[in-house]
Amino acid sequence: MKPEKMKGVLTAVRKPRGGVSVSHNKNTAEMEPVRMPSPERVVLPMQQHIGVPCVPVVKVGDTVAVGQVVGDSDKFISAPIHASISGKVSAIGECTLPSGTRVQSVTIDSDGEMRLYEGVKPPKVNNREAFLRAVRASGLVGMGGAGFPTHAKLRIPPDKHIDTLIVNAAECEPYITVDYRECIDNSWDIMSGLFTIRELLGIDNVIIAVEDNKPAAFDVLSRIANNSNDVGNHVKLMALKSIYPQGAEKMMVQSATGRRVPPGKLPADVGCIVMNVGSVAFISRYLKSGKPFVSRSITVDGSAIAEPKNIRLPIGTAIADVVDFCGGYQGEVYKLLMGGPMMGLALADDSLPILKQNNAILAFASNSYHIKKERACIRCGRCVQVCPMSLMPTLIERYARVKDAASLSRIGVNVCMECGSCAYACPSGRPLVQYMRLAKSVVREAGEQKK
Amino acid sequence: MSFTKKLTVSASPHVRSPETTTGIMLDVIIALIPALAASVWLFGPRTLLVTATTILTCMLSEFLSRKIMKRSGTLGDLSAIVTGILLAFNLPATIPLWVAAIGGVVAIVVVKQFFGGIGQNFVNPALVGRIVLMASFPTMMSTWVQPFAWRGAQAVTTASPLASITSMLATGDVSAAALSTNTALPSLWQMLIGQRQGCLGEVCAVALLLGFAYLLIRRVITPTIPLTYIGTVAVIMLIAGKGSLPFVAYEVLGGGLLLGAIFMATDYTTSPINFKGKLIYGIGCGILTALIRLFGSLPEGVSFSIIIMNILVPHIERLTTPKPFGSVKEPKKRQEKEAKV
Repeated sequence: MKPEKMKGVLTAVRKPRGGVSVSHNKNTAEMEPVRMPSPERVVLPMQQHIGVPCVPVVKVGDTVAVGQVVGDSDKFISAPIHASISGKVSAIGECTLPSGTRVQSVTIDSDGEMRLYEGVKPPKVNNREAFLRAVRASGLVGMGGAGFPTHAKLRIPPDKHIDTLIVNAAECEPYITVDYRECIDNSWDIMSGLFTIRELLGIDNVIIAVEDNKPAAFDVLSRIANNSNDVGNHVKLMALKSIYPQGAEKMMVQSATGRRVPPGKLPADVGCIVMNVGSVAFISRYLKSGKPFVSRSITVDGSAIAEPKNIRLPIGTAIADVVDFCGGYQGEVYKLLMGGPMMGLALADDSLPILKQNNAILAFASNSYHIKKERACIRCGRCVQVCPMSLMPTLIERYARVKDAASLSRIGVNVCMECGSCAYACPSGRPLVQYMRLAKSVVREAGEQKK
Repeated sequence: MSFTKKLTVSASPHVRSPETTTGIMLDVIIALIPALAASVWLFGPRTLLVTATTILTCMLSEFLSRKIMKRSGTLGDLSAIVTGILLAFNLPATIPLWVAAIGGVVAIVVVKQFFGGIGQNFVNPALVGRIVLMASFPTMMSTWVQPFAWRGAQAVTTASPLASITSMLATGDVSAAALSTNTALPSLWQMLIGQRQGCLGEVCAVALLLGFAYLLIRRVITPTIPLTYIGTVAVIMLIAGKGSLPFVAYEVLGGGLLLGAIFMATDYTTSPINFKGKLIYGIGCGILTALIRLFGSLPEGVSFSIIIMNILVPHIERLTTPKPFGSVKEPKKRQEKEAKV
């Protein structure tokens, strides 16, 4: 049965503008995450979130156990980092993140025991403040990709009223299936998580939003949405059109509530909070066990991976170890991605560790990789048609090349979320996302010069 | 793990749609084939000779100018072929081949490559090629043959259907009855299948509409510009003809309106990108064409209308740039206004 025809399933309030139909390639959808054994070593960069980097609180030679804090910061927009395996801190050095920034990192050599830290115990949560403190202590960051510290997202300023919690299970990026698996495998964690968040933050409505290409998820989730404990029917399931970037926060808010988040504002400004389904399930598990954010599920797939699968692994595991666990590479690897093919980052080598916000490792073989020749823009307007933010990428490219900061801010380049729809659709194969980034830096520099 | 080759690092996205510039141009060429076939049927094999001449001169001009300017070759995008076919479609069957060749050189070298090549020209190359030829070789550009004359008859100079109905309008009677009694005028059925005098590619309405349908199905173009353009001309002609529907039909099917509205006005590079812009542009083209036909000294105004609107595109674009997602329509100013009131 089509999800939108199912009983009690809402349809989107508003269709998102633009977007592209990318082939889904959810090859690993039927694969339950398998637990990867403890790697010999993990590297924990001190920045696995948007915000202020953490400072190591352990020394070389210290013995650490799973769940022990190894890095923390006293700043608000930040989240502590915990040891993901037990063993000895063998080095505190620097490592390069996929984005190119260099940060401090803590390396732990495993003792093979995966011993749990004795300080790990369920937090006492009976009010909003204690809940937010617990979320911070758990080290949770948005699991969908951006990695915004969850406690900071949930701490709503008193002048704003949130009436809707949107649980994001759209998973519009091709290949990735971890959110889908979360819905299928851990639906009761999702349920108890969203009830907790709803009650402690006093949010009226909960909408679980899933793309309509995942019928099995609707079967499972409808049992949550139509649960008898849900007195007053606060939790609703919504079927969204499968179109990329449906899962982007602003698109999500628009589809689920019809509200538009203005440029430079957050969903909270229009009364919404959007949380990844994995983050919601994690919160519920954390409140029960007290075990911080030290492991997660990721999808490992792509034409150059011998045995694609979903795996659950300690954060900080080297990508090379992950790929070995999946049977190694096959064929000549052309591109290695952290994240999905639309917004993921291309990596130069596989020594980097898996980060908190990382939901997939994809490797593509050169013989299966389609490269489009770069040609001149013919002003066909496809980029404009598909832009979910109503921007004109072709115009932005032109202005960016001549560094026209005034025109760039006039046409609102900063609204761009770099979803990549424009570059995907461009028949001339132009690197438009690169130009969007260039344009933003032009605007930023001009702003700094003014000061 | 060491990789046999270095990994490729580039900005996202890492997947791209299968659509390419070459594919789009190929679609346009396919959409032009019905009209080409109809033209061969109507005007004989010379159509192919003229078309081949313009295509070859366009390709050669493009190749040489890129070479001389030391830029990468762009023949592979097939746009020179599209320009070549469109230019041929705007020429009479009797055109000397060397004249057609000059048109090709002007279109590609002067209009396209001097301004930076594909995507940079501010007016439609094929149309400027036609206008230059019309100004330079007026007699050659208006020596028509009747359809099927290639099976034996001599080239003759006759008035075009458009000129006939324009002169009828001047006398004041363009009612259905008056139009049907004018024996110099082809029937509407003949207008549809292209049995009338005119340029190679503009005469067969059925073939052009077939190409239009193909472009729409393949989503190469949106119907906005052709519909607003043709619609505007139809509305104005309906008023000018005092409600005579056959008169409107002659105006729409006559001249180069269909060819221009479907294939020339929709040229990506020289038309607005946004829907609102397309509306303004299409209506503008329609008004200009109707004004030239009704009040100008030329019988036909499609080329000039499109060129004039081409030039206005940057300004239309500026007026119709969409507001970014979630922008509030300047509530402050509105509030101030309301406060003043």
